[in-house]
Amino acid sequence: MEKFGAVVRRYHLGPLIGLVILVIILSLLSPQFFTFGNLRNVALQTSVNALLAVGMTFVILTAGIDLSVGSSLALTAALSAGLMVAHVNPWVAALAALAAGAVAGFLNGVFVAYARLAPFIVTLGTMQLFRGLTEVYTNGNPIFNLPSSFSHFGTGLLLAIPLPVWVTAVVFGVVWVVLNKSVFGRRIYAIGGNETVAHLAGVPVKRYVVLVYVISGVLAALAGIVLTSRLGSAEPTAGTGYELDAITAVVLGGTSLFGGEGTILGTLIGALILGVIDNGLNLLNVNSFYQDAVKGLIILAAIMLDRKKSTGR
Amino acid sequence: MKNWKTLAAVGAISAGLIAGCGTTPAANSSGNSSTGAGNTATNSAGGSSASTSGSYTIGFAVSTTNNPFFVAMENGVKQEAQKLGVKVIVDNGNNDPSTQLNQVQDLIQQKVNAILLNPTDSQALSSAVTAANQANIPVITLDRSVNSGKVAAFIASDSVQAGKMAADELIKALKGKGNVVELQGIMGSSAEIDREKGFDQEIATAPGIHVVARQTAKFDRSTALNVMQNILQAHPDINGVFAQNDEMALGALKAIQQAGKSNIAIVGIDGEEEAVQDVQKGLLYADIAQQPTQEGVLGVDNALKLIKGQSVQSTISSPLQLVEKGSSFTGF
Repeated sequence: MEKFGAVVRRYHLGPLIGLVILVIILSLLSPQFFTFGNLRNVALQTSVNALLAVGMTFVILTAGIDLSVGSSLALTAALSAGLMVAHVNPWVAALAALAAGAVAGFLNGVFVAYARLAPFIVTLGTMQLFRGLTEVYTNGNPIFNLPSSFSHFGTGLLLAIPLPVWVTAVVFGVVWVVLNKSVFGRRIYAIGGNETVAHLAGVPVKRYVVLVYVISGVLAALAGIVLTSRLGSAEPTAGTGYELDAITAVVLGGTSLFGGEGTILGTLIGALILGVIDNGLNLLNVNSFYQDAVKGLIILAAIMLDRKKSTGR
Repeated sequence: MKNWKTLAAVGAISAGLIAGCGTTPAANSSGNSSTGAGNTATNSAGGSSASTSGSYTIGFAVSTTNNPFFVAMENGVKQEAQKLGVKVIVDNGNNDPSTQLNQVQDLIQQKVNAILLNPTDSQALSSAVTAANQANIPVITLDRSVNSGKVAAFIASDSVQAGKMAADELIKALKGKGNVVELQGIMGSSAEIDREKGFDQEIATAPGIHVVARQTAKFDRSTALNVMQNILQAHPDINGVFAQNDEMALGALKAIQQAGKSNIAIVGIDGEEEAVQDVQKGLLYADIAQQPTQEGVLGVDNALKLIKGQSVQSTISSPLQLVEKGSSFTGF
């Protein structure tokens, strides 16, 4: 048992064990759960939160937080939908959304790194700012009648797997390499571990912090593109509360909110846990009044499985 | 020293942004005649047009402006006010009861002649109404009312009736037989409770119809897309969907289309433009349209009556309209 615990801790297996237990329980409770069609749905439904959570992982690894991702998602989605309705090529419009996401992230990063304001406060402010700009831009109305070629991106399949799932998988792959095999990745961990030491060791901390928020903003825009193409419309309320789901996924995945410690695979597993819970509760037709409570309990249980690691520090 | 420079730059950026936000609606109103008509009635521009008919000011505290329904209500208020030469101060409560409470108190301080209140929360805004009562400012509530305090008039569509009408449409669509899913709104909100109540009462009159699943999608389109996708896994054999608002109906439609199903009748409530279009295309079976613009218009009309000392009905029902394929409703 002791040895098993050590293995769990060394390879951060807590979240994975939590996910596996959840999948087993749901498979027993619902005959529809463990079917290819349903698991494909879970993957598709998880993709938006997973993309946001990847960006959030970068930010949290540097001991920051990005509360603005849900609003950035809404703003960039609205911008690209507006361009498409104005007959701009959908891919150009999508690129414009990614660029706008980068600008939004840059703004956050500059406030955090150069004005030296607390990330929580900065992104709390920009969360409101971006939501307000979204409302101004959309006049509070959804933007719809988007071109069908764009909708195909959110709904189409490649080798029986939805395109957004491929996109999410590629992003995770790239990020895994960056975080584990590159100088950039090592320095991100170093900044989160101890910013002063990282600075003294020659890491351009400020530039890196800005870059981290830019990554978060771009991924929020990418999540917005996925969501908009799935819905065929951009909503002024899109992404409301998504920042909390993204943070939950990161924390469930074992990343420390104090920075410097965590893995991208953990984040993927965290996002999948959330997706599986939502899906399972729907399949079981759990009374709406109990859903939030049940979800909260499962999240607490999953974190408990990971408890030894954090208390050991 | 360097820090001061940074701070100054930050200040300049934020000032620029705030100025930018301030000018955007004005730019809209000159550039876009369809959406801009309402903007000219706000307090900044109201002075010039209000000179014709006294100098009455109405405060309009709206729960949120990021939802087409309330945007339409706001437009109704602004358009009618402009027509009648009444000045309007619009406060957006951002769905937060305490923000809205403060806003109503500010309206009282500004000594408006009447307050139109579209409360975010029936309980929390009761004290705002009491405060207005003490200041002798008449209050009319729109769409939702408050639990206590003296309200001169309550203007809304009948949500129980809307639920009943939706049930009737589904019974008709399914010829009295089949499996139905209900997508619920934000649990505990009055719209959710009343629409469900009306729907349940009426659907019970058709014993051949079974409600096989009830799940909340929080009045939100993307949530409804996911929830409906999940429900379709558990219930591949459903024939109808009752969505308690149009946003969820549209989300459910996407899930059903993406599942490659076409024989599922969807009925929504609200009368949003996109849903109305989809009814005409045959994608949604029917929509129970409310007329929020009309609610706003009725609000201003009755507020003016109150200001002039005339009496108004305590409950004024804003009409519901059934939208079917071929009907002429144009959305709000």
